[in-house]
Amino acid sequence: MENIVVEIEHLKKYFGNNKVLEDISFKLEKGKNLVVLGKSGSGKSVLIKCLVGLIKPDAGKIILLGKNIADLDEKGMNELRKKIGFLFQSAALYDSMTVRENLEFPLRDNKELKKVERENLVKEALKNVGLEEVIDEMPSELSGGMRKRVGLARTIILKPEIILYDEPTTGLDPITSKEISQLILAIQKKFNTAAIIITHDIECARITANSLMIIKDGKSAIEGSFEEVSQSKDKWIHSFFE
Amino acid sequence: MSNESVIINPEIIEKKISSLNSFQKGLTDFFEEVSALTHFTIHFFKEVFLPPYEWKEFLKQSFLIGYKSMPLVGITGFIMGLVLTIQARPTMSTFGAESWIPAMVAVSIVREIGPVITALIFAGKVGSGIGAELASMKVTEQIDAMEVSGTNPFNYIVVTRIAAATIMLPLLVIIGDAIGLCGSYLGVNIQGDVSFHLFFLQVFGKLDFSDVMPAVIKTFFFGFAVGLIGCYKGYNANKGTEGVGKAANAAVVFASLLVFIIDMIAVQLTSLFN
Ligand SMILES: Nc1ncnc2c1ncn2[C@@H]1O[C@H](COP(=O)(O)OP(=O)(O)O)[C@@H](O)[C@H]1O
Ligand SMILES: [Mg+2]
Repeated sequence: MENIVVEIEHLKKYFGNNKVLEDISFKLEKGKNLVVLGKSGSGKSVLIKCLVGLIKPDAGKIILLGKNIADLDEKGMNELRKKIGFLFQSAALYDSMTVRENLEFPLRDNKELKKVERENLVKEALKNVGLEEVIDEMPSELSGGMRKRVGLARTIILKPEIILYDEPTTGLDPITSKEISQLILAIQKKFNTAAIIITHDIECARITANSLMIIKDGKSAIEGSFEEVSQSKDKWIHSFFE
Repeated sequence: MSNESVIINPEIIEKKISSLNSFQKGLTDFFEEVSALTHFTIHFFKEVFLPPYEWKEFLKQSFLIGYKSMPLVGITGFIMGLVLTIQARPTMSTFGAESWIPAMVAVSIVREIGPVITALIFAGKVGSGIGAELASMKVTEQIDAMEVSGTNPFNYIVVTRIAAATIMLPLLVIIGDAIGLCGSYLGVNIQGDVSFHLFFLQVFGKLDFSDVMPAVIKTFFFGFAVGLIGCYKGYNANKGTEGVGKAANAAVVFASLLVFIIDMIAVQLTSLFN
């Protein structure tokens, strides 16, 4: 059990009458990718926002890297957050900052870091996503795929143990989508990170998934490897793979 | 027959009830808004004195908010002084009091028109700018991203902007007043001939501490109000792109309204103390 980095039990979240998450449970092992599929509006983003404390769940247990997040104070939560990367759906690059400043932002807390070391970390992160040349550009000058890559670079700069991807390929053309999916795989290999990848892009799921879960009506409808789930006889589940 | 007079049209009742309901809803919304704004303000005062202090961001915002508003404030200030002077001349000359024009214009600019007009322009430019910027940061999840990376977004984004607006507006008002007086000097000289030296002798002869001090103090409150409302509206914007426009618009409307309300209170207080 040492190897479990994420453990979710009976997670529940309602917004007023909107029963978004009813009962979600799963476990994630170190170094593995879990893909979560679900129709849009099914609460996938809410699920991973609960993990990092952006949304407070109504009930259920969330254990990350052995820590129950309900027991953490603000300081403890911030410490834990440094070990968890979050790639937002819109990449969430800070518009008013250059790419370099964006990447330096998560390093702000580390006062001992020398200027050279900071610079090297930024360059290394950009190199990992294959975008060293945009270091001095503004986010508004980048294409959608490049923004995602820079967002990913900002996410991995602290060398997180878990990465949460919110629809990493949505809004990108098929070729760029595939590149991003392969990048996710490459980062998993290189840093041995665990990841939860939220998507409704089957191609992305096929490339990245070690295991797959589908959310339906706020519950996990099925869990298994990509092959198992894709061969499901259930019509509704099968409709994802057509 | 007597029965007929008591029959009441159900449609009218329904209309009455629905208008009562919407009035009630409006009232609840209003108080909810006031309570949310109060919480937001308390949150600001809790964070502003606590470390970490975001000096770098504060200076950057001061530059963007203050320095970048100078041209607009300067131009309006100049026109304000000029127009006020030209308009005052006919009335003043009926009393043969043209020599009083500089002093009169100076007092009205410094005490009232300078601060209020500058604050309104500030609300239109800076208030809407902050509202739109924060709303779009919210919509594109930048605020969430900041929180996840371990930086308190309220402290980094909101506190710095409100502080910068509070400190920059008084400076802008002083600059606007000064340029307004230059405009007035030009206005005086269009039809008359007053030397620069004499003009300012008259101006500062009439302006005393009790004119300047309350005017300066209230501009801090104006600046605070504009920053606060801009941040509040932006930070609480609805998701979706239309949230950005709404936040910017609401920020200007409420900030301008608040400027007038604060001005009214300030005038009452000053007259109480004098
Ligand atoms: N902060 C919030 N407040 C209220 N409702 C929310 C909030 N965030 C998400 N929701 C609602 O939760 C539901 C699921 O949203 P989301 O998780 O974003 O879906 P998706 O699976 O497409 O990512 C939606 O109906 C949305 O309106
Ligand atoms: Mg989503």
